[in-house]
Amino acid sequence: MTALLEVADLHIGFGGLAAVRGASFTVNKGETHCLVGESGCGKSVTALAMMGLLPANAERRTAALRFDGQDIAGLSEREMSRLRGDRIAMIFQEPMTSLNPAYTVGSQMGEVYRRHRGGTRQAALDRAAELLERVRITSPGMRLGQFPHQLSGGLRQRVMIAMALMCEPELLIADEPTTALDVTVQAQILRLLADLQTELGLAILMITHDLGIVARTAHRVSVMYAGEIVETAPVFPLFAEPRHPYTRGLLSCVPVPGKVGRDEPLGSIRGTVPRIGPNFAGCAFRDRCDLARPDCSSPVVRHTLASEHSYLCQIAP
Amino acid sequence: MLHLLIRRLAVAFLVCITVLTFAFALTRLSGDLAISIAGPSATAADIEVVRKAYGLDRPVVEQFFDWVGRAAVGDFGQSYFYKERVSKLIVDRLPVTMTLGLVGLGIALLVALPLGVVSALNEGRVIDRVISLVALLGQAMPSFWLGLILMVTLGLKLGWLPISGTGSWEHFVMPGIVLAFSAIPALMRLTRSGMIDAMNADYIRTARAKGLSRTSIVLKHAARNAAMPVVSIAAVQLGFMLGGSIVIETVFALHGVGFLAWESISKNDFPTVQAVVLMLAIIYTLLTLGADLLNALLDPRLRAQ
Ligand SMILES: Nc1ncnc2c1ncn2[C@@H]1O[C@H](COP(=O)(O)OP(=O)(O)O)[C@@H](O)[C@H]1O
Ligand SMILES: [Mg+2]
Repeated sequence: MTALLEVADLHIGFGGLAAVRGASFTVNKGETHCLVGESGCGKSVTALAMMGLLPANAERRTAALRFDGQDIAGLSEREMSRLRGDRIAMIFQEPMTSLNPAYTVGSQMGEVYRRHRGGTRQAALDRAAELLERVRITSPGMRLGQFPHQLSGGLRQRVMIAMALMCEPELLIADEPTTALDVTVQAQILRLLADLQTELGLAILMITHDLGIVARTAHRVSVMYAGEIVETAPVFPLFAEPRHPYTRGLLSCVPVPGKVGRDEPLGSIRGTVPRIGPNFAGCAFRDRCDLARPDCSSPVVRHTLASEHSYLCQIAP
Repeated sequence: MLHLLIRRLAVAFLVCITVLTFAFALTRLSGDLAISIAGPSATAADIEVVRKAYGLDRPVVEQFFDWVGRAAVGDFGQSYFYKERVSKLIVDRLPVTMTLGLVGLGIALLVALPLGVVSALNEGRVIDRVISLVALLGQAMPSFWLGLILMVTLGLKLGWLPISGTGSWEHFVMPGIVLAFSAIPALMRLTRSGMIDAMNADYIRTARAKGLSRTSIVLKHAARNAAMPVVSIAAVQLGFMLGGSIVIETVFALHGVGFLAWESISKNDFPTVQAVVLMLAIIYTLLTLGADLLNALLDPRLRAQ
């Protein structure tokens, strides 16, 4: 199991807002690592930080950001743009707006290939047709000539995935790739990603707020809350013995047939994700936590349960 | 696409008919034409003669359809003031006005587009504010005044450019600059806001995630989407330049359609006035039609409608 992407102590701030606070995680080659948490917890900005695509008003600080052993934190924009789309690719939540309305599918898919691999327009189109076929789009030749508005949401997301795979990346970052899609289409896309992973040995950093998706796709899970990774574990231990009260809260919100009785109420977490300033100390979840104690406002140390399972809470068993 | 073309052409045709009616009605409402044609020293008998000779004694409706019928085949009658065919008057002057308008628009685009793009890419920074300020000052400057300043500096002091007439392309540079000046602020602001919107769009994030070069992101992906409102407003500006260049044609002694319009209005030369108004209306509608078609080329979603 070799690490492909390693992040240590990542901090991202927007002026007086600490959006990500000391996040560390590792994505191994060929594995799916799920980053899960409510909306506003800092998942998207974490993903963008990996790509060097943070907005101009963001400040990023990190102890280490390594891709395939190479430190990429200090790379220039030019050097990063050589990695992006080639060895690290990304797909987004909004398939409706993520493609340029003015250019054909073929043109948009071809340009990323020509940018990183060169070659003729025709070679790039051939490659694009091959990838469309690979993401199970029928009559790829016809699709290449179409514009985004002529495709359904599910098709567009397939095109985005195909486009991301044009240069055979080692890492795919998928930021809520199925959130905007119908449930049936969602299942198809997730299956497609899983198949592609086996076929291509792709590592996936999957960002989602949906534990159902985590259960279906993840090898390893990091639970993010208010900019911190509060618990990280392989998928089975995480579902079997969640430690952090936030993880448990999230899990209690998901109905499990057979386990949750018909009349039992589903769990929910009261309150909302707080806005965290730069000098915040202690556990960010304490205001919403049923177990909170006075000492939760002092700095929390990370507990390691097994070599791969750790959490950030001092009262959890 | 064909559907779109047919629909737009139908609209253009209706607009022309409407303008035609208004042009005719306005000249009739402006007073008794026979009196103004006959001149101040004419007797009542003279006026009656004029009325007969010009067919002004017929019912207005008959006059209208007569005029429309002839106009449809390019016959706008005889000018009362110039004593020439109106169609020839216009055809002779149109090239001057067209050249002036196109030079003006060309200069305006050459200045406004790069400035707008630079402004957008540096949104909120010093360079953006400086550009906006300059554009604002430009807008506040009256065109005749700018024209005179240019004549004095570039023309008289430096002797780089001729100050009046239409002999060579150089004659069109100064008036072109003056015309361009009034169009630059609007074009620049639209380019700026269009580029800002485009650069914040999700597809630009995708383009960056693909590792595309900055040039390709800005000029290919953003500019194409920012271009549409700019195309529309450029067509309107060209229309203004063609129809509204009276001041500039006067200052630079260019005998174009603007000058013709001014003279024929002040001389009550109503066949010429009607024809000029109709021609400008046709040019306007053709320009908007052209802009719509160009936009349909730029945006596939418009073609689908
Ligand atoms: N461009 C930005 N400027 C200011 N704040 C931002 C910006 N982008 C994100 N944030 C803030 O950072 C936090 C994390 O956002 P995000 O990563 O999008 O959350 P998630 O993807 O987990 O829903 C939020 O509080 C959000 O308001
Ligand atoms: Mg998000």
